[in-house]
Amino acid sequence: MRQTAMNAVFELAKRDPRVVFIGSDLGSGTLDAMKKEMPERFFMEGVSEAHIIGMAAGLAMNGYIPYINTIATFLTRRCLEQIAIDLCLHDLPVRLLASGGGVVYAPLGPTHMAIDDVGLLRTLPGMTIVAPSDADEMQRTMNATLNFPGPVYVRIAKGGDPIVSRPENGFEIGRPIVLREPGDVLIISSGVMTARALHAAELLGERGVEAGVLHVHTIKPLDVEAIVRVARVPSLLVTVEEHSLVNGLGSAVAEVIVDRNVMKPLLRLGLPDAFSSLYGSQDDVLRAAGLLAPQLVDSILAAVERVGVPL
Amino acid sequence: MTGTAALDDRSVYLRTLVVDALEGGGRGHVGAALSLIEILRVLYDDVLDVRPGEPGWPDRDRCILSKGHGCLALYALLADKGFFPVDELLRQCKAGALLGGHPEAHIPGVEASTGALGHGLSIGVGVAIAMRLQGRKSRVFTILGDGELDEGSVWEAALAASKHGLSNLTAIVDHNKLQSYGSIDEVLPLRPLDKKFEAFGFSVRQVDGHDVGALRSTLRELPFDAKMPSAIIAHTVKGKGIHFAEGDPAWHHKAKLDQATADELRRALEHI
Repeated sequence: MRQTAMNAVFELAKRDPRVVFIGSDLGSGTLDAMKKEMPERFFMEGVSEAHIIGMAAGLAMNGYIPYINTIATFLTRRCLEQIAIDLCLHDLPVRLLASGGGVVYAPLGPTHMAIDDVGLLRTLPGMTIVAPSDADEMQRTMNATLNFPGPVYVRIAKGGDPIVSRPENGFEIGRPIVLREPGDVLIISSGVMTARALHAAELLGERGVEAGVLHVHTIKPLDVEAIVRVARVPSLLVTVEEHSLVNGLGSAVAEVIVDRNVMKPLLRLGLPDAFSSLYGSQDDVLRAAGLLAPQLVDSILAAVERVGVPL
Repeated sequence: MTGTAALDDRSVYLRTLVVDALEGGGRGHVGAALSLIEILRVLYDDVLDVRPGEPGWPDRDRCILSKGHGCLALYALLADKGFFPVDELLRQCKAGALLGGHPEAHIPGVEASTGALGHGLSIGVGVAIAMRLQGRKSRVFTILGDGELDEGSVWEAALAASKHGLSNLTAIVDHNKLQSYGSIDEVLPLRPLDKKFEAFGFSVRQVDGHDVGALRSTLRELPFDAKMPSAIIAHTVKGKGIHFAEGDPAWHHKAKLDQATADELRRALEHI
Protein backbone atom coordinates (compact mmCIF):
# COMPACT_ATOMS: atom_id res chain seq x y z
CA MET A 1 0.00 0.00 0.00
CA ARG A 2 2.85 2.37 0.79
CA GLN A 3 4.53 1.50 -2.48
CA THR A 4 1.28 2.27 -4.28
CA ALA A 5 1.11 5.63 -2.52
CA MET A 6 4.73 6.46 -3.33
CA ASN A 7 4.36 5.43 -6.97
CA ALA A 8 1.21 7.50 -7.16
CA VAL A 9 3.08 10.59 -5.96
CA PHE A 10 5.52 10.19 -8.84
CA GLU A 11 2.72 9.60 -11.33
CA LEU A 12 0.81 12.63 -10.07
CA ALA A 13 4.00 14.68 -10.23
CA LYS A 14 4.47 13.70 -13.87
CA ARG A 15 0.92 14.82 -14.61
CA ASP A 16 0.91 17.97 -12.57
CA PRO A 17 3.81 20.38 -12.04
CA ARG A 18 2.34 21.53 -8.73
CA VAL A 19 3.11 18.22 -7.03
CA VAL A 20 6.21 18.03 -4.84
CA PHE A 21 7.35 15.28 -2.49
CA ILE A 22 8.85 15.81 0.96
CA GLY A 23 10.20 12.94 3.02
CA SER A 24 11.62 12.99 6.50
CA ASP A 25 14.82 10.93 6.37
CA LEU A 26 13.03 7.98 4.79
CA GLY A 27 14.54 4.67 3.78
CA SER A 28 17.34 4.70 1.26
CA GLY A 29 16.07 4.54 -2.31
CA THR A 30 12.64 6.02 -1.62
CA LEU A 31 11.24 7.42 -4.86
CA ASP A 32 14.64 7.27 -6.56
CA ALA A 33 13.00 7.46 -9.96
CA MET A 34 11.28 10.73 -9.06
CA LYS A 35 14.46 12.09 -7.55
CA LYS A 36 16.28 11.32 -10.78
CA GLU A 37 13.65 12.62 -13.16
CA MET A 38 12.55 15.72 -11.25
CA PRO A 39 15.12 16.46 -8.53
CA GLU A 40 13.78 19.98 -8.05
CA ARG A 41 10.47 18.59 -6.78
CA PHE A 42 11.92 15.84 -4.59
CA PHE A 43 12.90 16.89 -1.07
CA MET A 44 14.46 14.50 1.42
CA GLU A 45 14.60 16.58 4.57
CA GLY A 46 15.98 15.74 7.97
CA VAL A 47 14.33 14.23 11.01
CA SER A 48 12.48 17.49 11.51
CA GLU A 49 8.80 16.82 11.07
CA ALA A 50 7.60 20.07 12.63
CA HIS A 51 9.75 22.05 10.21
CA ILE A 52 8.65 19.97 7.25
CA ILE A 53 4.99 20.79 7.85
CA GLY A 54 5.80 24.51 7.87
CA MET A 55 7.96 24.19 4.78
CA ALA A 56 5.15 22.38 3.00
CA ALA A 57 2.79 25.16 4.05
CA GLY A 58 5.11 27.76 2.52
CA LEU A 59 5.19 25.80 -0.73
CA ALA A 60 1.42 25.29 -0.73
CA MET A 61 0.83 29.01 -0.13
CA ASN A 62 2.49 29.52 -3.49
CA GLY A 63 0.64 27.02 -5.62
CA TYR A 64 2.35 23.71 -4.87
CA ILE A 65 0.72 20.50 -3.65
CA PRO A 66 3.21 18.91 -1.27
CA TYR A 67 2.94 15.21 -0.45
CA ILE A 68 4.72 14.46 2.82
CA ASN A 69 5.61 10.96 3.91
CA THR A 70 6.89 9.71 7.22
CA ILE A 71 5.81 7.46 10.07
CA ALA A 72 2.27 8.16 11.29
CA THR A 73 3.12 8.74 14.95
CA PHE A 74 5.80 11.30 14.15
CA LEU A 75 3.58 12.98 11.62
CA THR A 76 0.72 13.42 14.07
CA ARG A 77 1.92 13.51 17.66
CA ARG A 78 5.05 15.52 17.03
CA CYS A 79 3.70 18.25 14.80
CA LEU A 80 0.10 18.58 15.86
CA GLU A 81 0.43 22.36 16.24
CA GLN A 82 2.04 22.76 12.83
CA ILE A 83 -0.73 20.69 11.26
CA ALA A 84 -3.40 22.70 13.08
CA ILE A 85 -2.02 26.14 12.33
CA ASP A 86 0.19 25.92 9.27
CA LEU A 87 -2.11 23.57 7.36
CA CYS A 88 -5.66 23.62 8.75
CA LEU A 89 -5.92 27.27 9.73
CA HIS A 90 -4.44 28.30 6.37
CA ASP A 91 -6.56 25.66 4.56
CA LEU A 92 -3.64 24.48 2.45
CA PRO A 93 -3.58 21.46 0.11
CA VAL A 94 -0.82 19.51 1.83
CA ARG A 95 -1.10 15.72 1.84
CA LEU A 96 0.16 13.73 4.81
CA LEU A 97 1.00 10.16 3.83
CA ALA A 98 1.27 8.38 7.16
CA SER A 99 3.20 5.13 7.14
CA GLY A 100 2.26 2.52 9.70
CA GLY A 101 -1.24 3.66 10.54
CA GLY A 102 -2.64 1.63 13.42
CA VAL A 103 -0.51 -1.17 14.85
CA VAL A 104 1.52 -1.99 11.74
CA TYR A 105 4.70 -1.27 13.66
CA ALA A 106 3.74 -3.56 16.55
CA PRO A 107 7.24 -5.04 16.85
CA LEU A 108 8.69 -1.54 17.23
CA GLY A 109 6.63 -0.73 20.29
CA PRO A 110 4.36 2.10 21.42
CA THR A 111 6.47 4.95 20.02
CA HIS A 112 5.67 3.69 16.54
CA MET A 113 2.09 2.50 16.86
CA ALA A 114 -0.43 5.04 15.62
CA ILE A 115 -3.36 4.20 17.84
CA ASP A 116 -4.36 7.86 18.24
CA ASP A 117 -3.59 9.49 14.88
CA VAL A 118 -7.20 9.71 13.74
CA GLY A 119 -8.29 11.06 17.11
CA LEU A 120 -5.60 13.72 17.17
CA LEU A 121 -6.41 14.95 13.70
CA ARG A 122 -10.18 14.50 13.84
CA THR A 123 -10.37 17.35 16.33
CA LEU A 124 -8.74 19.80 13.93
CA PRO A 125 -11.09 21.99 11.88
CA GLY A 126 -10.64 21.60 8.14
CA MET A 127 -8.77 18.30 8.26
CA THR A 128 -9.69 15.40 5.99
CA ILE A 129 -8.79 11.87 7.09
CA VAL A 130 -8.81 8.91 4.71
CA ALA A 131 -7.99 5.31 5.62
CA PRO A 132 -8.05 3.16 2.46
CA SER A 133 -8.81 -0.55 2.75
CA ASP A 134 -6.17 -1.84 0.36
CA ALA A 135 -3.64 -0.92 -2.29
CA ASP A 136 -6.27 -0.52 -5.02
CA GLU A 137 -8.22 1.92 -2.91
CA MET A 138 -4.99 3.69 -2.04
CA GLN A 139 -4.50 4.32 -5.74
CA ARG A 140 -8.01 5.78 -5.99
CA THR A 141 -7.41 7.83 -2.86
CA MET A 142 -4.19 9.26 -4.21
CA ASN A 143 -5.83 10.22 -7.50
CA ALA A 144 -8.62 11.92 -5.57
CA THR A 145 -6.21 13.93 -3.43
CA LEU A 146 -4.73 15.85 -6.33
CA ASN A 147 -7.39 18.51 -6.58
CA PHE A 148 -9.03 18.05 -3.20
CA PRO A 149 -9.17 21.29 -1.19
CA GLY A 150 -7.41 21.63 2.16
CA PRO A 151 -5.11 19.27 4.03
CA VAL A 152 -5.60 15.50 3.70
CA TYR A 153 -4.24 12.80 6.00
CA VAL A 154 -3.90 9.39 4.34
CA ARG A 155 -3.43 6.41 6.62
CA ILE A 156 -1.15 3.82 5.07
CA ALA A 157 -1.43 0.20 6.21
CA LYS A 158 1.11 -2.57 6.31
CA GLY A 159 1.03 -3.61 2.68
CA GLY A 160 0.03 -6.89 1.08
CA ASP A 161 -3.43 -6.43 2.54
CA PRO A 162 -6.19 -8.39 0.77
CA ILE A 163 -7.93 -6.43 -1.97
CA VAL A 164 -11.54 -5.95 -0.93
CA SER A 165 -12.33 -2.67 -2.68
CA ARG A 166 -13.95 -2.86 -6.09
CA PRO A 167 -13.59 -0.44 -9.00
CA GLU A 168 -17.32 -0.56 -9.76
CA ASN A 169 -18.00 1.09 -6.40
CA GLY A 170 -16.14 4.17 -7.52
CA PHE A 171 -14.35 6.39 -5.05
CA GLU A 172 -14.96 9.84 -3.77
CA ILE A 173 -13.35 11.34 -0.68
CA GLY A 174 -16.10 11.72 1.90
CA ARG A 175 -18.49 9.14 0.44
CA PRO A 176 -18.62 5.81 2.27
CA ILE A 177 -19.19 2.58 0.35
CA VAL A 178 -21.75 -0.13 1.14
CA LEU A 179 -19.74 -3.30 0.51
CA ARG A 180 -22.43 -5.57 1.87
CA GLU A 181 -26.05 -4.60 2.32
CA PRO A 182 -27.12 -4.26 5.95
CA GLY A 183 -29.27 -6.97 7.49
CA ASP A 184 -29.75 -7.62 11.18
CA VAL A 185 -26.40 -6.02 11.83
CA LEU A 186 -24.37 -3.28 10.16
CA ILE A 187 -20.61 -3.24 10.63
CA ILE A 188 -19.07 0.15 10.00
CA SER A 189 -15.33 -0.01 9.44
CA SER A 190 -12.43 1.82 7.90
CA GLY A 191 -8.92 1.07 6.68
CA VAL A 192 -7.77 -2.53 6.60
CA MET A 193 -10.33 -3.46 9.25
CA THR A 194 -12.88 -3.47 6.45
CA ALA A 195 -11.40 -6.74 5.14
CA ARG A 196 -11.78 -8.22 8.60
CA ALA A 197 -15.29 -6.83 8.86
CA LEU A 198 -16.23 -8.47 5.55
CA HIS A 199 -14.78 -11.76 6.74
CA ALA A 200 -16.69 -11.44 10.01
CA ALA A 201 -19.89 -10.70 8.07
CA GLU A 202 -19.43 -13.92 6.09
CA LEU A 203 -18.87 -15.91 9.27
CA LEU A 204 -21.93 -14.28 10.85
CA GLY A 205 -23.98 -15.32 7.82
CA GLU A 206 -22.96 -18.91 8.43
CA ARG A 207 -24.29 -18.46 11.95
CA GLY A 208 -27.60 -17.13 10.70
CA VAL A 209 -26.95 -13.45 11.34
CA GLU A 210 -27.14 -11.18 8.31
CA ALA A 211 -24.54 -8.48 8.61
CA GLY A 212 -23.78 -5.65 6.23
CA VAL A 213 -20.56 -3.72 5.90
CA LEU A 214 -20.25 0.03 5.38
CA HIS A 215 -16.69 0.99 4.49
CA VAL A 216 -16.03 4.48 5.79
CA HIS A 217 -12.69 5.24 4.13
CA THR A 218 -13.14 8.92 4.95
CA ILE A 219 -13.43 9.38 8.70
CA LYS A 220 -13.48 13.13 8.40
CA PRO A 221 -15.52 14.73 7.02
CA LEU A 222 -17.94 11.98 7.98
CA ASP A 223 -20.89 11.43 5.66
CA VAL A 224 -23.50 11.77 8.36
CA GLU A 225 -26.47 11.41 6.02
CA ALA A 226 -25.16 8.17 4.55
CA ILE A 227 -24.66 6.68 8.00
CA VAL A 228 -28.12 7.74 9.16
CA ARG A 229 -29.62 6.30 5.97
CA VAL A 230 -27.88 2.92 6.17
CA ALA A 231 -28.34 2.67 9.94
CA ARG A 232 -32.15 2.57 9.56
CA VAL A 233 -32.22 -1.10 8.55
CA PRO A 234 -30.17 -3.05 11.11
CA SER A 235 -31.04 -3.65 14.74
CA LEU A 236 -27.43 -3.46 15.85
CA LEU A 237 -24.67 -1.13 14.73
CA VAL A 238 -21.04 -2.15 15.15
CA THR A 239 -17.93 -0.08 14.53
CA VAL A 240 -14.60 -1.76 13.97
CA GLU A 241 -11.38 0.22 13.94
CA GLU A 242 -7.64 -0.23 14.28
CA HIS A 243 -7.48 2.74 16.61
CA SER A 244 -8.02 3.56 20.24
CA LEU A 245 -11.68 3.63 21.18
CA VAL A 246 -11.13 7.28 22.06
CA ASN A 247 -12.07 9.69 19.28
CA GLY A 248 -11.76 7.41 16.28
CA LEU A 249 -14.35 6.04 13.87
CA GLY A 250 -16.45 4.54 16.67
CA SER A 251 -16.61 7.85 18.48
CA ALA A 252 -17.50 9.65 15.27
CA VAL A 253 -20.34 7.21 14.56
CA ALA A 254 -21.52 7.46 18.18
CA GLU A 255 -21.78 11.22 17.72
CA VAL A 256 -23.99 10.69 14.69
CA ILE A 257 -26.15 8.16 16.53
CA VAL A 258 -26.71 10.59 19.39
CA ASP A 259 -26.92 13.81 17.41
CA ARG A 260 -29.38 12.36 14.88
CA ASN A 261 -31.41 10.39 17.38
CA VAL A 262 -30.85 7.13 15.50
CA MET A 263 -31.72 5.14 18.65
CA LYS A 264 -29.94 1.93 17.71
CA PRO A 265 -27.62 -0.01 19.98
CA LEU A 266 -23.99 0.57 19.02
CA LEU A 267 -21.14 -1.83 19.74
CA ARG A 268 -17.77 -0.16 19.39
CA LEU A 269 -14.82 -2.47 18.78
CA GLY A 270 -11.31 -1.08 18.69
CA LEU A 271 -8.03 -0.87 20.54
CA PRO A 272 -8.02 -0.18 24.27
CA ASP A 273 -7.12 3.27 25.58
CA ALA A 274 -3.62 2.06 26.43
CA PHE A 275 -0.10 1.88 25.03
CA SER A 276 0.79 -1.60 23.86
CA SER A 277 4.17 -3.21 24.49
CA LEU A 278 3.06 -6.60 23.25
CA TYR A 279 5.36 -6.45 20.19
CA GLY A 280 4.85 -9.39 17.82
CA SER A 281 2.86 -8.66 14.66
CA GLN A 282 -0.03 -6.41 13.71
CA ASP A 283 -2.32 -9.43 14.00
CA ASP A 284 -0.93 -10.25 17.45
CA VAL A 285 -1.94 -6.81 18.71
CA LEU A 286 -5.30 -7.01 16.95
CA ARG A 287 -5.87 -10.44 18.48
CA ALA A 288 -5.06 -9.10 21.94
CA ALA A 289 -7.71 -6.46 21.37
CA GLY A 290 -10.24 -8.97 20.03
CA LEU A 291 -10.19 -7.51 16.53
CA LEU A 292 -9.53 -10.54 14.32
CA ALA A 293 -12.53 -11.70 12.31
CA PRO A 294 -13.54 -14.70 14.46
CA GLN A 295 -13.27 -12.54 17.57
CA LEU A 296 -15.39 -9.84 15.96
CA VAL A 297 -17.99 -12.53 15.32
CA ASP A 298 -17.97 -13.60 18.98
CA SER A 299 -18.35 -10.02 20.20
CA ILE A 300 -21.11 -9.28 17.71
CA LEU A 301 -23.02 -12.49 18.51
CA ALA A 302 -22.81 -11.67 22.20
CA ALA A 303 -24.15 -8.19 21.50
CA VAL A 304 -26.91 -9.59 19.27
CA GLU A 305 -28.02 -11.72 22.19
CA ARG A 306 -27.61 -8.91 24.72
CA VAL A 307 -29.63 -6.33 22.85
CA GLY A 308 -32.17 -8.88 21.63
CA VAL A 309 -31.77 -8.46 17.88
CA PRO A 310 -34.82 -10.13 16.27
CA LEU A 311 -33.33 -12.78 13.96
CA MET B 1 24.67 48.11 18.80
CA THR B 2 22.56 48.66 21.86
CA GLY B 3 19.38 49.90 20.27
CA THR B 4 19.88 53.44 21.56
CA ALA B 5 19.31 55.30 18.31
CA ALA B 6 17.06 58.35 18.62
CA LEU B 7 13.62 58.17 17.07
CA ASP B 8 12.56 60.58 14.34
CA ASP B 9 9.08 61.94 13.64
CA ARG B 10 8.00 59.00 11.48
CA SER B 11 9.05 56.49 14.13
CA VAL B 12 7.12 58.47 16.74
CA TYR B 13 4.07 58.69 14.45
CA LEU B 14 4.04 54.93 13.86
CA ARG B 15 4.18 54.44 17.62
CA THR B 16 1.18 56.71 18.05
CA LEU B 17 -0.71 54.38 15.71
CA VAL B 18 0.23 51.49 18.00
CA VAL B 19 -1.00 53.45 21.03
CA ASP B 20 -4.25 54.26 19.21
CA ALA B 21 -4.70 50.53 18.58
CA LEU B 22 -3.90 49.68 22.19
CA GLU B 23 -6.48 52.17 23.37
CA GLY B 24 -9.06 51.16 20.79
CA GLY B 25 -8.78 47.49 21.54
CA GLY B 26 -8.13 48.06 25.23
CA ARG B 27 -5.32 45.55 25.19
CA GLY B 28 -2.27 44.29 23.34
CA HIS B 29 1.35 43.32 23.32
CA VAL B 30 3.09 46.62 23.95
CA GLY B 31 6.80 46.04 24.36
CA ALA B 32 7.11 43.49 21.57
CA ALA B 33 5.46 45.84 19.09
CA LEU B 34 7.49 48.89 20.02
CA SER B 35 10.82 47.12 19.60
CA LEU B 36 9.83 46.15 16.07
CA ILE B 37 8.79 49.48 14.62
CA GLU B 38 12.01 50.49 12.89
CA ILE B 39 12.64 47.01 11.50
CA LEU B 40 9.20 46.97 9.87
CA ARG B 41 9.35 50.63 8.91
CA VAL B 42 12.55 50.21 6.94
CA LEU B 43 11.30 46.99 5.38
CA TYR B 44 8.02 48.52 4.20
CA ASP B 45 9.40 52.00 3.37
CA ASP B 46 12.62 51.01 1.67
CA VAL B 47 13.03 47.31 1.03
CA LEU B 48 9.92 45.27 0.31
CA ASP B 49 8.47 45.23 -3.18
CA VAL B 50 4.78 44.96 -2.33
CA ARG B 51 1.53 46.35 -3.70
CA PRO B 52 -0.98 47.45 -1.06
CA GLY B 53 -3.76 47.41 -3.67
CA GLU B 54 -2.81 43.90 -4.78
CA PRO B 55 -1.63 42.08 -1.66
CA GLY B 56 -1.56 38.70 -3.44
CA TRP B 57 0.67 39.89 -6.29
CA PRO B 58 2.73 36.74 -7.00
CA ASP B 59 6.04 38.55 -7.48
CA ARG B 60 5.88 40.45 -4.20
CA ASP B 61 8.49 40.17 -1.48
CA ARG B 62 7.18 38.31 1.54
CA CYS B 63 7.46 39.51 5.12
CA ILE B 64 6.39 36.91 7.67
CA LEU B 65 6.03 38.17 11.21
CA SER B 66 6.86 34.94 12.97
CA LYS B 67 6.74 36.66 16.37
CA GLY B 68 3.05 37.24 15.80
CA HIS B 69 2.54 38.92 19.16
CA GLY B 70 4.31 41.97 17.72
CA CYS B 71 1.37 42.41 15.33
CA LEU B 72 0.41 45.92 16.41
CA ALA B 73 3.60 47.18 14.77
CA LEU B 74 2.80 45.22 11.61
CA TYR B 75 -0.78 46.50 11.62
CA ALA B 76 0.49 50.08 11.99
CA LEU B 77 2.75 49.70 8.96
CA LEU B 78 0.16 47.89 6.84
CA ALA B 79 -2.46 50.53 7.67
CA ASP B 80 0.00 53.31 6.97
CA LYS B 81 0.81 51.76 3.60
CA GLY B 82 -2.86 51.43 2.70
CA PHE B 83 -3.38 47.67 2.92
CA PHE B 84 -6.46 48.45 5.01
CA PRO B 85 -8.00 51.60 6.51
CA VAL B 86 -6.20 53.11 9.51
CA ASP B 87 -9.51 53.07 11.39
CA GLU B 88 -9.29 49.29 11.61
CA LEU B 89 -6.52 49.76 14.18
CA LEU B 90 -9.03 51.23 16.62
CA ARG B 91 -11.12 48.06 16.59
CA GLN B 92 -8.34 45.52 17.02
CA CYS B 93 -9.36 42.58 19.19
CA LYS B 94 -13.02 43.65 19.24
CA ALA B 95 -15.67 41.12 18.23
CA GLY B 96 -15.94 40.98 14.47
CA ALA B 97 -12.87 43.16 13.88
CA LEU B 98 -10.50 42.67 10.95
CA LEU B 99 -7.49 42.66 13.26
CA GLY B 100 -6.95 40.31 16.16
CA GLY B 101 -4.35 39.88 18.86
CA HIS B 102 -2.22 37.87 16.48
CA PRO B 103 -1.93 38.34 12.73
CA GLU B 104 -3.94 36.15 10.38
CA ALA B 105 -3.42 35.49 6.73
CA HIS B 106 -6.88 36.74 5.75
CA ILE B 107 -5.77 40.28 6.64
CA PRO B 108 -4.53 42.13 3.53
CA GLY B 109 -0.72 42.19 3.66
CA VAL B 110 -0.34 39.49 6.31
CA GLU B 111 1.52 36.55 4.77
CA ALA B 112 0.93 33.90 7.42
CA SER B 113 -1.15 33.37 10.52
CA THR B 114 1.26 33.35 13.42
CA GLY B 115 1.02 33.61 17.17
CA ALA B 116 2.21 30.17 18.13
CA LEU B 117 5.96 30.64 18.02
CA GLY B 118 8.48 28.76 15.93
CA HIS B 119 6.44 28.47 12.74
CA GLY B 120 7.49 31.40 10.58
CA LEU B 121 10.98 30.38 9.58
CA SER B 122 9.82 26.97 8.31
CA ILE B 123 7.07 28.64 6.32
CA GLY B 124 9.68 31.10 5.06
CA VAL B 125 11.88 28.21 3.92
CA GLY B 126 8.96 26.76 1.96
CA VAL B 127 8.09 30.12 0.41
CA ALA B 128 11.73 30.78 -0.50
CA ILE B 129 11.99 27.38 -2.19
CA ALA B 130 8.73 28.06 -4.04
CA MET B 131 10.05 31.42 -5.26
CA ARG B 132 13.21 29.78 -6.52
CA LEU B 133 11.29 26.96 -8.24
CA GLN B 134 9.08 29.53 -9.95
CA GLY B 135 12.04 31.64 -11.00
CA ARG B 136 10.77 34.67 -9.11
CA LYS B 137 13.07 37.31 -7.69
CA SER B 138 10.88 37.70 -4.63
CA ARG B 139 12.68 37.77 -1.32
CA VAL B 140 11.42 36.32 1.93
CA PHE B 141 11.89 37.95 5.32
CA THR B 142 10.99 36.21 8.54
CA ILE B 143 11.01 38.25 11.73
CA LEU B 144 11.69 36.27 14.88
CA GLY B 145 11.63 37.17 18.55
CA ASP B 146 14.19 36.31 21.21
CA GLY B 147 11.89 34.05 23.16
CA GLU B 148 10.82 32.42 19.92
CA LEU B 149 14.38 31.23 19.39
CA ASP B 150 13.80 28.86 22.34
CA GLU B 151 11.63 26.78 19.99
CA GLY B 152 13.49 23.84 18.49
CA SER B 153 11.56 24.14 15.23
CA VAL B 154 13.36 27.44 14.52
CA TRP B 155 16.65 25.58 14.41
CA GLU B 156 15.21 22.76 12.32
CA ALA B 157 14.21 25.44 9.84
CA ALA B 158 17.63 27.11 10.08
CA LEU B 159 19.34 23.83 9.18
CA ALA B 160 17.06 23.43 6.18
CA ALA B 161 17.52 27.04 5.02
CA SER B 162 21.24 26.45 4.98
CA LYS B 163 20.97 23.05 3.28
CA HIS B 164 18.96 24.59 0.47
CA GLY B 165 21.26 27.61 0.19
CA LEU B 166 18.33 30.00 0.39
CA SER B 167 20.00 33.31 -0.31
CA ASN B 168 16.52 34.75 -0.93
CA LEU B 169 15.61 34.17 2.73
CA THR B 170 16.51 36.50 5.57
CA ALA B 171 15.84 35.86 9.24
CA ILE B 172 15.63 39.07 11.24
CA VAL B 173 15.81 38.71 15.01
CA ASP B 174 14.15 41.44 17.04
CA HIS B 175 16.81 41.04 19.71
CA ASN B 176 15.39 43.00 22.63
CA LYS B 177 16.83 40.55 25.17
CA LEU B 178 13.58 40.19 27.05
CA GLN B 179 10.98 37.50 26.87
CA SER B 180 7.68 37.25 28.68
CA TYR B 181 8.95 36.34 32.13
CA GLY B 182 12.15 38.32 32.14
CA SER B 183 15.56 38.57 30.53
CA ILE B 184 16.63 35.89 28.08
CA ASP B 185 19.76 35.43 30.18
CA GLU B 186 17.52 34.43 33.07
CA VAL B 187 15.01 32.33 31.15
CA LEU B 188 17.10 30.71 28.43
CA PRO B 189 20.38 32.30 27.36
CA LEU B 190 20.99 32.63 23.60
CA ARG B 191 24.58 33.84 23.66
CA PRO B 192 26.47 33.81 21.38
CA LEU B 193 23.54 34.36 19.05
CA ASP B 194 25.55 35.49 16.05
CA LYS B 195 27.81 32.45 16.33
CA LYS B 196 24.77 30.19 16.58
CA PHE B 197 23.32 31.48 13.31
CA GLU B 198 26.75 31.29 11.69
CA ALA B 199 27.13 27.72 12.87
CA PHE B 200 23.73 26.92 11.35
CA GLY B 201 24.92 28.19 7.97
CA PHE B 202 23.71 31.78 7.87
CA SER B 203 25.63 34.84 6.85
CA VAL B 204 25.10 37.17 9.80
CA ARG B 205 25.10 40.92 10.40
CA GLN B 206 24.27 42.80 13.56
CA VAL B 207 22.65 46.21 13.59
CA ASP B 208 21.06 48.73 15.90
CA GLY B 209 17.41 47.84 15.33
CA HIS B 210 16.23 51.39 15.98
CA ASP B 211 18.78 53.08 13.71
CA VAL B 212 16.86 53.61 10.50
CA GLY B 213 19.94 54.51 8.49
CA ALA B 214 21.89 51.50 9.72
CA LEU B 215 18.96 49.18 9.04
CA ARG B 216 18.63 50.58 5.51
CA SER B 217 22.26 50.09 4.66
CA THR B 218 22.34 46.61 6.17
CA LEU B 219 19.22 45.49 4.32
CA ARG B 220 20.60 46.97 1.07
CA GLU B 221 23.54 44.60 1.33
CA LEU B 222 21.32 41.53 1.08
CA PRO B 223 22.05 38.82 0.31
CA PHE B 224 25.16 38.89 2.44
CA ASP B 225 26.35 35.75 0.68
CA ALA B 226 25.08 34.59 -2.70
CA LYS B 227 24.80 30.98 -1.56
CA MET B 228 23.61 31.28 2.01
CA PRO B 229 20.55 32.49 3.88
CA SER B 230 21.08 35.74 5.76
CA ALA B 231 20.43 36.58 9.39
CA ILE B 232 20.20 40.06 10.83
CA ILE B 233 20.40 40.39 14.58
CA ALA B 234 18.68 43.69 15.23
CA HIS B 235 19.54 44.96 18.70
CA THR B 236 16.44 46.57 20.04
CA VAL B 237 14.82 47.76 23.24
CA LYS B 238 11.55 46.26 24.32
CA GLY B 239 9.03 49.07 24.74
CA LYS B 240 11.26 51.46 22.79
CA GLY B 241 10.04 55.04 22.89
CA ILE B 242 8.05 54.82 26.12
CA HIS B 243 10.61 55.56 28.80
CA PHE B 244 8.76 53.82 31.61
CA ALA B 245 8.08 50.71 29.53
CA GLU B 246 11.55 50.30 28.08
CA GLY B 247 13.18 47.12 29.27
CA ASP B 248 10.33 46.32 31.65
CA PRO B 249 8.87 42.83 31.11
CA ALA B 250 5.65 44.00 32.79
CA TRP B 251 4.94 45.83 29.52
CA HIS B 252 5.21 42.68 27.41
CA HIS B 253 1.44 42.43 27.28
CA LYS B 254 -1.42 44.37 28.79
CA ALA B 255 -4.78 42.63 28.96
CA LYS B 256 -6.42 45.87 30.08
CA LEU B 257 -5.32 49.23 28.84
CA ASP B 258 -7.56 52.21 29.49
CA GLN B 259 -7.66 55.71 28.05
CA ALA B 260 -5.65 57.21 30.91
CA THR B 261 -2.81 54.76 30.31
CA ALA B 262 -2.97 55.40 26.59
CA ASP B 263 -2.65 59.13 27.31
CA GLU B 264 0.37 58.43 29.48
CA LEU B 265 1.92 56.52 26.61
CA ARG B 266 1.18 59.43 24.24
CA ARG B 267 2.74 61.94 26.65
CA ALA B 268 5.82 59.76 26.87
CA LEU B 269 6.06 59.75 23.07
CA GLU B 270 5.77 63.56 22.99
CA HIS B 271 8.81 63.86 25.19
CA ILE B 272 11.18 61.69 23.20
